[in-house]
Amino acid sequence: MAEQASSYPEIAPLKLHVPEPGCRPGDTPDFSEFEIPRAGAVPKPELDASADDMLDLAFSIIRVLNKEGEAVGPWADDLSPDDLKQGLRHMMLLRAYDTRMMTAQRQGKTSFYMQHRGEEAVSCAFQVALQKGDMNFPTYRQAGLLIAGGYPMEKMMNQIYSNEADPLHGRQMPVLFSAKDYGFFSISGNLGTQYIQAVGWAMASAIRHDSKIAAAWVGDGATAEGDIHSAMVFASTYKAPIVMNIVNNQWAISTFQGIARGGAGTFASRGHGFGIPSVRVDGNDYLAVYAVAKWAALRARSGFGPTIIEYVTYRAGGHSSSDDPSAYRGSAEGAAWPLGDPIERLKQHLITLDAWTEERHVQAEAEVMDEVKTIQKQAEAIGTLTSGHPPSGRDMFEGVYETMPPHLVRQRREAGY
Amino acid sequence: MVQMTMISAIQNAHDLAMEKDDRVVVYGEDVGFFGGVFRCTAGLQEKYGKNRCFDAPISENGIVGSAIGMAAYGLKPVIEIQFADYMYPAYDQIVSEAARIRHRSNGDFTCPMVIRMPCGGGIFGGQTHSQSPEALLTHVAGLKTVMPSNPVDAKGLLLAAIEDPDPVVFLEPKRLYNGPFDGHHEKPIVSWGKHELGAVEEDYYITPLGKAAIRRSGEAVTILSYGTMVYVAEAAVEETGVDAEIIDLRTLVPLDLETIETSIKKTGRCVIVHEATKTSGFGAELAALVQEDLFYHLEAPVARVTGWDTPYPHAQEWDYFPSPQRLGQKIIETLEG
Ligand SMILES: Cc1ncc(C[n+]2csc(CCOP(=O)(O)OP(=O)(O)O)c2C)c(N)n1
Repeated sequence: MAEQASSYPEIAPLKLHVPEPGCRPGDTPDFSEFEIPRAGAVPKPELDASADDMLDLAFSIIRVLNKEGEAVGPWADDLSPDDLKQGLRHMMLLRAYDTRMMTAQRQGKTSFYMQHRGEEAVSCAFQVALQKGDMNFPTYRQAGLLIAGGYPMEKMMNQIYSNEADPLHGRQMPVLFSAKDYGFFSISGNLGTQYIQAVGWAMASAIRHDSKIAAAWVGDGATAEGDIHSAMVFASTYKAPIVMNIVNNQWAISTFQGIARGGAGTFASRGHGFGIPSVRVDGNDYLAVYAVAKWAALRARSGFGPTIIEYVTYRAGGHSSSDDPSAYRGSAEGAAWPLGDPIERLKQHLITLDAWTEERHVQAEAEVMDEVKTIQKQAEAIGTLTSGHPPSGRDMFEGVYETMPPHLVRQRREAGY
Repeated sequence: MVQMTMISAIQNAHDLAMEKDDRVVVYGEDVGFFGGVFRCTAGLQEKYGKNRCFDAPISENGIVGSAIGMAAYGLKPVIEIQFADYMYPAYDQIVSEAARIRHRSNGDFTCPMVIRMPCGGGIFGGQTHSQSPEALLTHVAGLKTVMPSNPVDAKGLLLAAIEDPDPVVFLEPKRLYNGPFDGHHEKPIVSWGKHELGAVEEDYYITPLGKAAIRRSGEAVTILSYGTMVYVAEAAVEETGVDAEIIDLRTLVPLDLETIETSIKKTGRCVIVHEATKTSGFGAELAALVQEDLFYHLEAPVARVTGWDTPYPHAQEWDYFPSPQRLGQKIIETLEG
């Protein structure tokens, strides 16, 4: 090759950049770089504000509860002490249910379980901001939507046990619920697929001049899926009435959030490329989650289109019953998480309001646990994955199509049903 | 009766379906204002408004995924993937989602939608505008797969697919859009204008899914075909003079096993022809079914004539395409076997 005159300086060979989390097993967690604005510091835009009017909100964190447990700033909403006590109860129910189901999995009563520890406020507060007829397109870590929506917990357990009363007849892995009447879309095992489906559902509501809205859910890791990008294009293009939630709990199994986020400042800031108003919220602050969810839901319902909400939170438990987080992250990291525990924080707020006491809380914990245990007994009386009455093998052949085609009828007979 | 091309028959089916049921919405790349690159949705936006027929971003997973959400809401989306070759970006949504939602939710949510895709070669589309991906679809529990071979069926089957409560993939052999194919690519395209299967009933009618059509009855051998290959079969029969029975399957899932069985019990011989590649193609499924169910009625091994196991070539398109000569030779071998 001919010598080329070049104005290039000498450059070292290229190296691949692979981001690493700040803390691995054995390290001391350090969240000092993690910028947390004061509670009440972030402004509340008008409902019809454009994405450009609120660019900063994709980089800040909306917070309502301060260190003293007081609700402060423009996002402090009008939830009554009774509403707040109900919210606390939902989160406590979810935590008790998690505890019992994790144990049940360890006892071999089911194959698998996924808990919500540390993230209870996200789904429990969000559900309260929706109206009947709205539709969530959730992932596996939003059972709080069902609990706060009043779905019978026994049905959830029957699903987890794949027993005879499992509404899904044993066809789905534990926790992949479906509950249309409670605004809860059937959960897929394939990450991210529901995001664009939610946009389609929201578009349909607009096509029918309905007043219902959709809510899409995804974890920080799964935002890297193409479906999320497509969903943002569609939502932005058609101004779909949807709230697009990203739960950033810092971890996707063993992979820290920086791997999926890449060079983007925050997950919320991705919305800017699509012209979608995008905000970040303290996911461990029940009041902040509720206020932001209500604002975004109202925006969608008023025809102002999609909103992206990134919930900044921490997955305090393992990824699933099959996961051992001590193998990839510092054991003290959860305790060092600067946004605290959502149940503790709401409890403190209620105490500040003189609507609750430490004693009342201990008593409530016991009551909630008793309630969950009683429900668990009822479910286990029907059966677990390993005992009692399982769903029939015949159920596997039903519902593949509305009417069973001849080839499946043949196969069902061959199987002996 | 009006003489229609397959394109106008498909357009007409859309029109009637949208008129009959206001839950039917139609969208896809270039489908709205322009009426689709093949014009299958021409005029629909003008007639039904942008609320019911519109252009979509170039995002096949977005088109299919959003349609799943619309179907779950209670609409009946009829969507177009511009070429079947571009279903792969949407394959996860088709296979893991649309096909399964009814089963996994125990009927809580359903997916009554139609995914239309122009498929097959014969228009110099090269590797990425020529494929017939039916085997990748028929393998999936929960999906129905349809491939018409003429305007009359295209209209009736599309209306049946739109009425169907489950997701249906509707494959349209684009070589047949403007006219039938007699197997001789050198000849100019004959239009549907004078063909009996181009004479389409103007009113709403249904051609039920899961029912094959016998295009020619005969006693000597059964030819199982669908799409463009129906015409290759006709040409091969004409050239060989063999008294063959030609079956046009029309629907691959659910399959009309009864018609296939009755025919092969009569003829005792079976040749399968399709345009897609051979290995693990739908012909393998047909051959296995015939062998399992009708072995003792067979007087010769089941034979297959297919596209080669290569990517669909551009300049060698007609070498790839199963020709009437190739099929004819196989028919003779089967008769001698
Ligand atoms: C398409 C797909 N790829 C991979 C997986 C396996 N998987 C299940 S959960 C998970 C991590 C998801 O992390 P994130 O989205 O952050 O949600 P989180 O579990 O933290 O709530 C992976 C990789 C899957 N279920 N689907």
